[in-house]
Amino acid sequence: MSDAGVWHFLLGDLSWGALPFVRAWRDPNLSEIIGAAAGAVVVLGAIAAFALITTLKLWRTLWTEWLTSLDHKKIGIMYIVLAGVMLTRALIEAVLMRTQQALAVNAPGIVGPNHFAQLFTTHGSIMIFFMAMPFLTGLINYVMPLQIGARDMAFPYLNSVGLWLTVGGAGLMMASLVIGEFSTGGWSGYPPYTELSYSGGPGPDYWIWAVSLSSIGNTTVGINVICTIYKLRAPGMTWMRLPLFCWTSLCTAILMIFAMMPLTLATLLLAADRYAGMHFFTNDGGGNMMNYVNLFWLFGHPEVYIVILPSFGVYSEVISAFSSKELYGYTSLVLATAAIAILSFTVWLHHFFTMGQSADVNAAFGIATMAIAVPTGVKIYDWIWTMFRGEVRFTPSMLLSIAFIMTFVLGGFSGIILATPPLDYMLHNTLFLVAHFHNMLIPGTLYGLLAGYMYWFPKAFGFRLNERWGRISVACWVVGFYLAFMPLYVLGAAGMARRTQEVFDPAFRPWLIVALIGALLLGAALASLFWQLFVSIRDRDANRVPVGDPWDARGLEWSVSAPPPEWNFTTIPQVGNRDAFYWRKRNGDAYLPADDYRDIELPKGTACGFVIGIAAAMCSFGLVWRIWWMAILFLLLDVATVIVRSFMRDTTRTVPAATVECVDRLWLAQARAACPVAREFEQCERNKGLAQWTA
Amino acid sequence: MLFVIGPVLLLTPLIAWHYRLSNTRSAYRPQWGFSWPLEGLIWVPPILIVVFLAVFLWRDTHELDPYKPLPGRPLEIEAVALDWKWLFIYPEQDVALVNRLVIPAGQPVHLSLTSATVMQSLLIPQLAGQIYAMAGMKTQLNIASNKPGSFFGEETQFDGVGFQNQHFTVQALDAAGFARWLVETRAQRNKLDSAAYQTLSRRSTLPHPLAFAAVAPGLFDRIVSLAEPSGHDLLLQKQPPHLLPMEISSHE
Repeated sequence: MSDAGVWHFLLGDLSWGALPFVRAWRDPNLSEIIGAAAGAVVVLGAIAAFALITTLKLWRTLWTEWLTSLDHKKIGIMYIVLAGVMLTRALIEAVLMRTQQALAVNAPGIVGPNHFAQLFTTHGSIMIFFMAMPFLTGLINYVMPLQIGARDMAFPYLNSVGLWLTVGGAGLMMASLVIGEFSTGGWSGYPPYTELSYSGGPGPDYWIWAVSLSSIGNTTVGINVICTIYKLRAPGMTWMRLPLFCWTSLCTAILMIFAMMPLTLATLLLAADRYAGMHFFTNDGGGNMMNYVNLFWLFGHPEVYIVILPSFGVYSEVISAFSSKELYGYTSLVLATAAIAILSFTVWLHHFFTMGQSADVNAAFGIATMAIAVPTGVKIYDWIWTMFRGEVRFTPSMLLSIAFIMTFVLGGFSGIILATPPLDYMLHNTLFLVAHFHNMLIPGTLYGLLAGYMYWFPKAFGFRLNERWGRISVACWVVGFYLAFMPLYVLGAAGMARRTQEVFDPAFRPWLIVALIGALLLGAALASLFWQLFVSIRDRDANRVPVGDPWDARGLEWSVSAPPPEWNFTTIPQVGNRDAFYWRKRNGDAYLPADDYRDIELPKGTACGFVIGIAAAMCSFGLVWRIWWMAILFLLLDVATVIVRSFMRDTTRTVPAATVECVDRLWLAQARAACPVAREFEQCERNKGLAQWTA
Repeated sequence: MLFVIGPVLLLTPLIAWHYRLSNTRSAYRPQWGFSWPLEGLIWVPPILIVVFLAVFLWRDTHELDPYKPLPGRPLEIEAVALDWKWLFIYPEQDVALVNRLVIPAGQPVHLSLTSATVMQSLLIPQLAGQIYAMAGMKTQLNIASNKPGSFFGEETQFDGVGFQNQHFTVQALDAAGFARWLVETRAQRNKLDSAAYQTLSRRSTLPHPLAFAAVAPGLFDRIVSLAEPSGHDLLLQKQPPHLLPMEISSHE
């Protein structure tokens, strides 16, 4: 083999030009320099994290307590950490895009067309697959088993596999910043543009494999959540006593199972086109791009509800807790959730009214789309009536919920406009559409996930978050949203196409500048969110709530210490009511020692999930760059790990009854020592997590 | 529409503020969670509104269907989506334009669309809604301009680095103007044959619109049936795709 042949075997298509630093050196224009700087941030960030962990001598703890853990709570936290990292990147990209469009009115702006296209592709892909999905999965993972009175998920090991597959996919997204480039085909990756003939190079391959890993990971999450809710509910936790967050988790999980598969199929068929010269979606050889479009949105529309339903669950919990009132219309909310889940499979065609099908088809799907407004409207009113005759406290979570209700209806209104085919013909592919789906997803998903994060944070870490910085952050999220996206409605109605790197109508400039200010405010919102976390950790000793019920809340998750013991419940609770803990407190059954303490069996940590996820990412990296030995090697490692794990018999460990009793009695002593705190003072330092209950 | 969102925008802040914790004069009914009249109020009117809207949606979707012919004898125009430009062929007049569309005011125009490359979408916001153009397929759009004028036309489906430059002007001329334009165009020499089409259909952007005095017969149908390879297709046959440059900024 010649020298070049050896290098090609070893490195595939990799070359120096794949590094953004080399590209910026060879052709130092602003666009390349921004790309190189982004790559440098990733590299330096990784080095800094590595150095920090080494100096603090945390590698062992990190490995044994976190990376190999099968505890649903730790897996949930790791999902949310991942979401936070990816949110930061995707939000910076959004600010860059807004800056570009504001500057590029009859001018080249700061990033070139190819770079701009990568920005909107990664922004969308990350926000959906690596921000919203991990965030909601993390919340479900953490909260749902606690709410139904379970010790863990049904399949703790599968849980870890799902996490690490998602992390592997996110790793590919980050790798694309440093090695090579990303797809320019948008988050939906429509062929034939993403076929080899029109997008050569590694970009679309990065997209295909990152999305595939995420979609496979999410399928496992769906299976796990469903099995957990079906099989591990505490005795007495009948369906109509299930907390609403569990109902929305269940519906989301059902959607995940049915909706993720068309996506996995679509991306794998596209991979077959690109790698094996097949013709599923090509122009020639009998391929048909319309099949891809249908498969993608068969996933894509239910996906909208996958990311929105868990937030609806959060709002139901938050509004009820901070109004100190029973949820209004529980049955209606359950029915509406189920109705949304079912209807979400009947509307996918509204994403392409303009593909040339008959008016009958378009009208049918338009009407189906409008029908979803009914159960959604019911939910909105149920939340409003939950506040009615309550005792409302304007905590950051509650402010987010109120902002959500009022902003979401505006998005619903523009949704009705877009659901009308004759209007969609005018507005499709314009910024009006971009404004609409951000109007749904930012209040509908992000606000909810953040509200959930702030609401359950004291439960997970044992101290409250700083309220002042929380309110500042909420204000920035809300004002930033309106400034960033209301101008896009105007621009879209004026005919400005989405995804344009340069703008030719000077009349658009003022609107684009307002949108940029909004994007900067959203950046400030994220910064103040991180600052809130920092301040709260700094002041944690003053704000501890060890007893575990800082808001006089209602679900079983509040009936244990904060943070909860690894085994969640000393004894599996008996459930006699909806809002089980609320009634237990009022009946004097809370904070009692167990009749007898028993040994508790827990899943033992394993490196298998971590290895499977990271090996899958390495295999994908080999595929992206056509480094075949690498792809085969890591694929075999994946298969071998699955086989080895299946022979492991010693997968659980036992916590002795004495330890359980010791931990429980310590907590009960804290509960007895704590002074019950009234609602007026729950945001003060005297709140130790024991609520004073009156009515 | 305010009927639907108005109550939410009004009730949410009013209720949240009135029932705030510090207001000691407001009622507190922590166990109140159901009421039949309210259930009726939140389920039934929205259903009625959707039914009401559905009737109009069905009617308007059929009435404004872009495939529905407009009254009168239409001018036939064939539109081909190229990277990164639009080719408009006038089969009856045997002329063609690139990145410029001239139509007679007051007469309906029937556009047949296809793509010689990736999926694209043609939008002339002041005259009609958009429809996709896809390779190997033919879609349709009926448009008309009541009076003479100049309108903005664009491609809205992202298709690569020249996407933002892919816009064009639509000119609606009165009958005399249209006839004059036709004579002027025919007086030119260039012909849109296979060779010219191959140059045109490479991935490039045009600095200014082009006009052709004659068009090879059946060009549009050959493009639809994938029998007429584009310049980009021919380049691909010579070179593996990943070696082709992505960024081509201007027409060669």
